Amino acid sequence: MLSLSHYLIIGAALFCLSVAGIFINRKNVIVLLMCIELMLLAVNMNFIAFSHFNQDIAGQVFVFFILTVAAAESAIGLAILVVLFRNRNSINVEDLDAMKG
Amino acid sequence: MKELCLIIVLAPLVGAVLAGLFGRSIGRAGAHWVTIIGVGISFLLSAHVFQQVVLNDVEPLNTNLYTWLDTGGISFHVGFLIDELTATMMVVVTFVSLMVHVYTIGYMHEDPGYQRFFSYISLFTFSMLMLVMANNFLQLFFGWEAVGLVSYLLIGFWYKKDTAIYANLKAFLVNRVGDFGFLLGIAAVLMVCGSLDYATVFQAAPGLVGKTVSIIDGHEWSLLTLICLLLFVGAMGKSAQVPLHVWLPDSMEGPTPISALIHAATMVTAGIFMVSRMSPLFELTETALSVVLIIGSITAFFMGLLGLVQNDIKRVVAYSTLSQLGYMTVALGASAYSAAMFHLMTHAFFKALLFLAAGSVIIGMHHEQDMRKMGGLRKHMPITWITSLIGSLALIGFPGFAGFFSKDAIIEAVKLSSTPGAQIGYYACLFGVFITALYSFRLYFMVFHGKGRMDHHTEEHLHESPAVVWVPLVALAIPSVVIGAIAIQPMLFGDYFGASIFITEAHAKGLHHMAEHFHGVLPFMLHGMMQPPFWFAMAGVATAWYLYMQAPHLPARIAAALRPLQRILEAKYGFDAFNEMFFAGGARGTGGLLWRFGDVRLIDGLLVNGSARLVGWFSQLLRGVQSGYLYHYAFAMIVGLLALLAVFVHKVIA
Amino acid sequence: MQLDLPILSICIWLPILGGLWVIFAGSKLGEGMVRVQALVISIAVFLISMLLYQDFDPTTAAMQFTERMTWIEAFKVEYHIGADGIALPLILLTTFTTILVIGAGWEVIEDRVNQYMGAFLILEGLMVGVFCALDALLFYVFWEAMLIPMFLIIGIWGGPKRVYATIKFFLYTFLGSVLMLVALLYLYRQTGSFDLAEMQAVALTATEQKYIFIAFLLAFAVKVPMWPVHTWLPDAHVEAPTGGSVVLAAIMLKMGGYGFIRFSLPITPDAAHALDSFMIALSLIAVVYIGFVALVQQDMKKLIAYSSISHMGFVTLGLFMMFQIYANTGNWQDAAMGIEGAMVQMVSHGFISGAMFLCVGVLYDRLHSRQINDYGGVVNYMPKFAAFMLLFSMANAGLPATSGFVGEFIVILSAYKASFWYAFLASTTLILGAAYTLWMYKRVVFGEVRNPKVATLTDINGREALILGTLAVMVLLFGIWPAPLLDMMHVSVEHLVEQVAQSKLSVARL
Repeated sequence: MLSLSHYLIIGAALFCLSVAGIFINRKNVIVLLMCIELMLLAVNMNFIAFSHFNQDIAGQVFVFFILTVAAAESAIGLAILVVLFRNRNSINVEDLDAMKG
Repeated sequence: MKELCLIIVLAPLVGAVLAGLFGRSIGRAGAHWVTIIGVGISFLLSAHVFQQVVLNDVEPLNTNLYTWLDTGGISFHVGFLIDELTATMMVVVTFVSLMVHVYTIGYMHEDPGYQRFFSYISLFTFSMLMLVMANNFLQLFFGWEAVGLVSYLLIGFWYKKDTAIYANLKAFLVNRVGDFGFLLGIAAVLMVCGSLDYATVFQAAPGLVGKTVSIIDGHEWSLLTLICLLLFVGAMGKSAQVPLHVWLPDSMEGPTPISALIHAATMVTAGIFMVSRMSPLFELTETALSVVLIIGSITAFFMGLLGLVQNDIKRVVAYSTLSQLGYMTVALGASAYSAAMFHLMTHAFFKALLFLAAGSVIIGMHHEQDMRKMGGLRKHMPITWITSLIGSLALIGFPGFAGFFSKDAIIEAVKLSSTPGAQIGYYACLFGVFITALYSFRLYFMVFHGKGRMDHHTEEHLHESPAVVWVPLVALAIPSVVIGAIAIQPMLFGDYFGASIFITEAHAKGLHHMAEHFHGVLPFMLHGMMQPPFWFAMAGVATAWYLYMQAPHLPARIAAALRPLQRILEAKYGFDAFNEMFFAGGARGTGGLLWRFGDVRLIDGLLVNGSARLVGWFSQLLRGVQSGYLYHYAFAMIVGLLALLAVFVHKVIA
Repeated sequence: MQLDLPILSICIWLPILGGLWVIFAGSKLGEGMVRVQALVISIAVFLISMLLYQDFDPTTAAMQFTERMTWIEAFKVEYHIGADGIALPLILLTTFTTILVIGAGWEVIEDRVNQYMGAFLILEGLMVGVFCALDALLFYVFWEAMLIPMFLIIGIWGGPKRVYATIKFFLYTFLGSVLMLVALLYLYRQTGSFDLAEMQAVALTATEQKYIFIAFLLAFAVKVPMWPVHTWLPDAHVEAPTGGSVVLAAIMLKMGGYGFIRFSLPITPDAAHALDSFMIALSLIAVVYIGFVALVQQDMKKLIAYSSISHMGFVTLGLFMMFQIYANTGNWQDAAMGIEGAMVQMVSHGFISGAMFLCVGVLYDRLHSRQINDYGGVVNYMPKFAAFMLLFSMANAGLPATSGFVGEFIVILSAYKASFWYAFLASTTLILGAAYTLWMYKRVVFGEVRNPKVATLTDINGREALILGTLAVMVLLFGIWPAPLLDMMHVSVEHLVEQVAQSKLSVARL
């Protein structure tokens, strides 16, 4: 039988994967966006798991909210990326250091 | 009488304002007419006041005009005190001023600043009248500084001349040094008396005897001495006493009429007048009187010596003025205020005369002032010659002339005085007489006698000055002869000054003694002829005659033999060089140091911009953190999150 | 005659609204119209402020013309304004000076005229607000808001190094006033209100007072400015346009002195007492040290700026001598004399320094140089100007019969009551002041013409003559008859002295 901790472990694994993706990836901003999506999915995973085991539907409602927000966010993120690429001809993370002090 | 006084004061002011502000519209003639009428009114009314107060013994007037301001429970007024002392000064000031106004028409005839000049001298008359008519220290100080201002304006009248604008700045600043002391003196008076009105202060003065003040811890000073010395510092500035005398010779850069009016007859005597006015204070402190006497002696003798080596005709007269002011100061120190005032009056006439005569010579010589280029002017300018001779005789104290009576009185008074230092004063005055005669007749012989040393062109055009110039000379020559004989009896020995001058019994002994031995003008003259001063004067004249008429090659040889002395005299004892180096240079050096080091380096450099730089440096360190890479920021966020989580978990577990 | 008009509010808001109007309608009105309207507004404000003088009752120390409205209820902040004999002269000085400043920028400013005029009008309103605010937060708001127009005036219309100067000016003043805010907030916690009267009445321990005093000191000392936080002033003056310099010297500096009178002395009397030697020392350093520094300046504006600092030293000297005077004479009236001297000095310095900066402005407009060495012999071509400048220079040197003398005289007289040496050091200004002012005058105005450009100078026109003439009349008027000015403030100063004389320690919470 799958217990709550199995789900939580998967969530944590997903989360760590996404964090690692953000750190290790130096090439492409799109990968960064994907990692952020993954991170949100990891959170969703936990929400659903808790919702199921606590018999509380509210958790699943939250998941919908998060999915919506994530969709909107990646839409905006991709739009920014397009503009960025037009301006700088690159979406390489190494090249994007305009905030350097 | 109050209204009368107001008119006396305001008439010259109105003239000055009209000539100054509307000079262009009223024109040259308009300017001299309004100012002369103004001063003329002033003179006539002053004469009337004089007659009332001095001759008819009307009660002195002490009245307030308006309240300048109230503060701290004290009222400061502007007002008049008209007593014998004031009335005398008023007449002297307005008379000399009137003569100078008339004379100026001729002297400044070609000057483009004609209206401006009249405006200034009228303004001066106003200021001087405010000074002498004051009934409190505040107004005295106002007049005091206002005459300084006009003196500044007039010395720098020819503002293109570098020497003139140097001299006027110097004059103002040196006078300010005097005023610095004067103001402190006034502050001290206010502190102890709670009022600046003469009447109140003089009433409180006897109560101050014996009071001490400690301005440096552990040293008790007599309060009155301190006050009097501070006030005297002011007098030293205005009346050009050593070491604050340095401005007066330089002030000769101004036009000659004002040298006569301001720097000989009136303004420079303000200090003498002030000390006489303050006699109720000075009388109570022996120390201050002694200081006054010594300073006066030094000035009288050593400044006279300088007159011997000057070649500029005006500068000789200027050093003579310094020396004569020294005489007056000596008289003050010897408590012979009346003698000082007497000499002040006679000196005003004959010194104004000498200056105006010098001016007349300068006009004739086409603005040449070097005596070595003059000579034999007697034939070309007879009136100037005669009046100059009268002036010189009055100055050296030839019996019968005005200066004789006043100077003899001073020497006699000093001889009889008990003030500490009177001995020095006596000998300084006595030898001073010889020096006076020597330089006066050196000037006289070099200018009016002997061969003409001017160039041919000048000699051809030599002629007597116009009437506007010589009439004032004559008008001044008359009192220079007779005023002494007329005034000696009432002024020195009579009750002329009434209550306006206060002398303690102990100090009055000398004058009483002189009064007992005074049996009229003629005996006084005869007596004077048997006294040393007369012989010293005659010796001076004779020496001058011998050196400059008989053996003109001798002075150069003497000078060569006494080379070191000559050098000291030509350097004017080094006062100017010292002041220039120590005070002027020192102040500039201090200022530069404080500015460059204190302000620019320390405050701005270290504190202000330094703190800015410190912040900058710190930020420089911090900017390394801002790599600009997203994953660095994300990493920092995660680490931070983990750290917070760790703390939180740790707390929960604990 | 007592009109029920909110005169003070009009004096604050009319210029502010007028300034905004001028700025926003400026492009439509055209430059000429902007100038005229700005002038009309400033004259109107001045005339209205003269109603204050007319209706003012000099026999009471209570605040007059008060207006009180709730502003932020939750924090008990009120829109509470009023004026007494100390604020009134400064309010009138403000409204008077603004007219001159608008006139001074008449033809000279060609760039963004509407914004220039608008900035000055807004500045005027804010400055009046500072002088009549009776609520601490309101005061603080006006105080800080005032920096903005001044910042812009120097930053936009200033000289070549204006950016450095503005930032220095802003940071300096801001640093000080932030600490003032802290002090005000602390006082708010103690009293539960921002009402000034309550702050003045609240009891405080010696330690509390000391901290509050120092916090206030930083704010006000920078404004005055006192040595050693004065170095922003020469830079700001040098870079500011003429009008900016005039307002800065004539009014803004007075806010420091006013702050001491309104806040430091009554709120923390015991701290002021404890630290008075320190304050006197700083004041005397300002008088003497700055006098020397002024002597060697080559830039006319810098020289006058330094002379301002030196003269303001007399203000702080007059304010903080009172305890020592009382200790010496045992008479609080003598102490009041020092404060009144400081007040007179502030007003007179407003006229004289304003006039001096206008004089330099006149020269600068023609030759575009402030260096003394570029001039010499100006009198040959500008005799009328030379006469005016002489008068103001003499006033700056403290000549009797000019207003410059009155304040210095009273302060020196009362300084003697505190200590001979205070008077001695203060009196050095007689020599130093004359030296730096007249030396500059000599080098600029007198002498032969050395720079051929000087020969192209034209004498002052009617507008400039009118402005300088007005100031000359004021300088002479208050020199010859200063009594009206002092009569206005006697009772208020007495009240202040009573407040300060009352130690707060006896009733303080221990």
